[in-house]
Amino acid sequence: MIDLIWLIPLLPLVGFLLNGLGRNVLSKPLVGLLGSGVVLASFLLSCGVFAEVYTARQAGEPAVFIQSVFEWIAAGSLEVSLSFLVDPLSAIMLLIVTGIGFLIHVYSIGYMKHDAGFAKFFAFLNLFVFFMLVLVLGSNYAVMFIGWEGVGLCSYLLIGFWFKNKEFASAGKKAFVMNRIGDLSFLIAVFLIFNTFGTLEFTGVFPQAAGMAMGDTTLLLVTLLLFVAATGKSAQIPLFTWLPDAMAGPTPVSALIHAATMVTAGIYMIARSNILFTLSPVTLQIVAAIGICTALLAAAIAITQNDIKKVLAYSTVSQLGYMFLGLGVGAFTGAFFHVITHAFFKALLFLGAGSVIHAMGDEQDMRHMGGLKKHLPITYVTMLVATIAIAGIPPLSGFFSKDEILAHAFSANKLLWVLGFVGALFTAFYMFRLLSLTFFGKFRGTTEQADHLHESPASMTVPLIILAVLSAVGGLLNVPSALGGGQALANFLSPVFADSAAVTGPFHLDHSTEYVLMAVSAVGAIVMAVVAYRQYAVKGTVPKADDAPRGVLAKLSYHKFYVDELYDTLVVRPLNALSVFFYRIVDRAGIDGLVNGLGKRVGESAQGIRLLQNGNVGSYIFMMVIAAVLILAFGVFNG
Amino acid sequence: MDNLFILLLIPVLGAIALAFVRQPRAAKQLALLVSLISVAATIPFLVNFVPDASMQFEQRFAWIPALGINFHIGIDGISLPLVLLTNGLIPLIILSAFSYEYKGGLYALVLFMQAGLLLVFTALDAFAFYVGWEVALIPIYFICALWGGENRIRVNIKFFIYTFFGSLLMLVAIIYLHVQVPSGDYELSSFYQLALDASTQRWIFWAFFIAFAIKMPIFPFHTWQPDTYTEAPTAGTMLLAAIMLKMGVYGLIRWLIPIAPLGVAAYGQLALVLCIIGVVYASIIAFKQNDAKRLIAYSSIGHVGLIGAGVFAWNVQGLQGAIIQMVNHGISVLGLFFVADILIRRLGTRDLAAMGGIAKSAPALAIMFLTIVMGAIGLPVTNGFVGEFLLLIGIYQYGIWYAVFGGLTIILAAVYLLRMYQKVMLGEPNAQTSGFADVSGTEWIVLAVVVVLVIGIGVYPKPLLGISEAAVTELINKVSLVK
Repeated sequence: MIDLIWLIPLLPLVGFLLNGLGRNVLSKPLVGLLGSGVVLASFLLSCGVFAEVYTARQAGEPAVFIQSVFEWIAAGSLEVSLSFLVDPLSAIMLLIVTGIGFLIHVYSIGYMKHDAGFAKFFAFLNLFVFFMLVLVLGSNYAVMFIGWEGVGLCSYLLIGFWFKNKEFASAGKKAFVMNRIGDLSFLIAVFLIFNTFGTLEFTGVFPQAAGMAMGDTTLLLVTLLLFVAATGKSAQIPLFTWLPDAMAGPTPVSALIHAATMVTAGIYMIARSNILFTLSPVTLQIVAAIGICTALLAAAIAITQNDIKKVLAYSTVSQLGYMFLGLGVGAFTGAFFHVITHAFFKALLFLGAGSVIHAMGDEQDMRHMGGLKKHLPITYVTMLVATIAIAGIPPLSGFFSKDEILAHAFSANKLLWVLGFVGALFTAFYMFRLLSLTFFGKFRGTTEQADHLHESPASMTVPLIILAVLSAVGGLLNVPSALGGGQALANFLSPVFADSAAVTGPFHLDHSTEYVLMAVSAVGAIVMAVVAYRQYAVKGTVPKADDAPRGVLAKLSYHKFYVDELYDTLVVRPLNALSVFFYRIVDRAGIDGLVNGLGKRVGESAQGIRLLQNGNVGSYIFMMVIAAVLILAFGVFNG
Repeated sequence: MDNLFILLLIPVLGAIALAFVRQPRAAKQLALLVSLISVAATIPFLVNFVPDASMQFEQRFAWIPALGINFHIGIDGISLPLVLLTNGLIPLIILSAFSYEYKGGLYALVLFMQAGLLLVFTALDAFAFYVGWEVALIPIYFICALWGGENRIRVNIKFFIYTFFGSLLMLVAIIYLHVQVPSGDYELSSFYQLALDASTQRWIFWAFFIAFAIKMPIFPFHTWQPDTYTEAPTAGTMLLAAIMLKMGVYGLIRWLIPIAPLGVAAYGQLALVLCIIGVVYASIIAFKQNDAKRLIAYSSIGHVGLIGAGVFAWNVQGLQGAIIQMVNHGISVLGLFFVADILIRRLGTRDLAAMGGIAKSAPALAIMFLTIVMGAIGLPVTNGFVGEFLLLIGIYQYGIWYAVFGGLTIILAAVYLLRMYQKVMLGEPNAQTSGFADVSGTEWIVLAVVVVLVIGIGVYPKPLLGISEAAVTELINKVSLVK
């Protein structure tokens, strides 16, 4: 199986080409079959690869496999080969990308059934899976960057999928441009890595880096640049504002790209580069600070939003913040664990939201929903599971992964734990608010919508059920030793983080302390869940209209702390004004004016040349050609 | 079959024949035929080329012996990519003119210009280089003057005087250098061997630099360019942007830097800074342009600025990046201008504000346009990425901040090109754009070739990079710039 690594990304690429080129010829069932089939095939291959990695790990080997395909770019000492690396980290990511990717492809068959751009949608989705797999499998920073930018392109295409809507198209552009800010940072980091280590291969860079001193300035710079790149792709402060807008894309896209896979690329990249970060404690502190701030800011926005997808979008930003918090406090396994569980429950939440939106006839405002429990029982139950999981209520998956991050945060800095705990309270609140507003109480939509309510077809509900099971039991992957678990994930991943572990030493927290922390966060989450349930399900409170008066804090939250407006005032408008200034004043009036002034003098003193334009031009051309030939001929005969 | 002289002669003969063809249909066919013969004649050079640092396929005969002038041409790894670019793009440029009913004259000028460009890219004698330089200029002048837009006369005079001024400076430098040569010839190799003192090299630097900077153009010698690109007929714009401006970059690499390394040591940093300023400045101007052709014109200034900066960084990555990016930029900008031409021809306006929603009725055009845009903004697995990656890594080694500011093109180009794409293709169609016809016939061929090249070079650039690797390494080793 290991020999077939190259096939894993290639199959979705073939799917993209077939569906893209055959979009006018192929029937919808065939398109859906093809699009899902290639991803399923990749998934099966990934399972095979994972099995080999797992076997090797059981045998105590580090399980690193490299496969070189061809040399891509070479100039002087720079040699970049297109090659793939499979190790425990990428093996898990392969399963997530292809596994959840497959489920979402199947879901899309039902969700996009009536869309005119059905084949185009599957082509783009396949292309995304291809680039995401390249990102995950790349054995060096350059190949990783192919995937890194490629998924950005697919994100752009899919956010603006319904491009006739001007705002949707603009949302795609915004996502692309904001990501590109991070991408430039990535590129500069790549150059710095090349200059420092003489290679871009992970297997060449990390061993060298492991020998460097703690707090090395170069590493500090590299890690800061990589982190800026991660804030773009993974929607952290200050580059997070594109992600909520990205909800303009069809809901399966939000689930796959903007929740489960692409947005976790930043975490994956940092986890992959963990030794660089471990040796840069300053960067780690910044990562943790940005992570927790983003987690809190986004959660504070999520509690007042009324668009079901917007709540989930801010929730994603917030959960990504937790993952960065984990990275920042050195909980690499914990952060990655949260990547996995989050992929399960957030994909499920988005797909569930999609099922709701589907049933409501494209309605996304929760103020017009309510009481959907009885009409969409499967959607309700599965979303309930996901909500409990994300809220951090045991024994569902989110509890374990969040707990691991918070335990590390506690031992790093008590304040981080307190803030993380507060964020967790917000999380439980906004999620149960969402659940209550959507599924409980009385239906608040139009009668037309009421007549149309229905549970989604099997192609949509089966993926929901599978993801619900995973969200429920995913925590078993890494049960902490305090609860008598074997920390399977941590053991499996240990070679990836071995260099970092050697620097930091083993993590230790008293079991008794850990029990207290777990109990506090679990109780807190349950209390907030009850509060939200009472408020929105029992009392049936409906959020205010958009223009209703709000308190200062509520207003700030509702208007997303005016961050978009701030960027618009500070960056977008000044740049546009600068563009006009450069063009009108500097270029036309300034430089060109000067040139024209000079030219005029020359022109006046050379009126005679004007005669040139009055003759028969055809004959001029002819004469010119003849003259040139004569000059050449003169040479030939003289030579 | 690898006589370089014949390669140069084919377009000249074709031009003579076409000068007599009045019937548009016959002119098209003959022009295409000649350009394809040129392509076929290029293949032996590609096949027989040995990828080392040597000069190959040399042809040398006395031209005007009394003045020490030789007709000396040859190809090495640095000129071959540009010969390929020239002969490869001319058929596409001719095809792109098929939608208009041009008589033979236009095609004659295009082919005549091709000969001039080939001479520039292969000349090993300064006089021959200068002749090629001017021979390439005159046809484009007539193309713009005869088939350009409303303001063509005014714009064209500026263009002509501007570039002619640069040429004269260069001529002065060439004659000066010739006088210094003991054997009294104009050979490039003789110029290389001159041991000029630093102060001489400094003014030689400026004489050549201004000529080349105007051609590319480098900020602030660029103001002829947006006007000319906008007013020229599309075939002319393509010739100017896709091929002719590479004469300037090539001149830097082949003539300026090896002849006046001390001059470059003194002013190279300034030149590099001008290039980088051009990247940021022109890109920001492109933000708000609503004229499709003018927007691409400014984007070209930005992209060429990065190429220039890569050259002045003077290391293997920067120079390899510059060479491959010359090819890439040629391909991409030809594609962009061709898309602009399709839009302008069908809608009768260059105003982006009047467009929108075209992707709905012209999906093939939309896909190919987007691919070309992605190439132009340097997305990985397109040709633009390979070039920009090498350029920036080369510039980075010169100085990190140059790479940071130059690298802004990654963000800025995405802003203005995606804005253009959105204004043209996305949103609801309006009354004019609702029935927009998708690409057909020769349009398909041109765009498909461009798209294949954009992706092909992006995925597997190695053969192209391999052509120039040895020659570039040797040149860098031979000419070291004291910083």
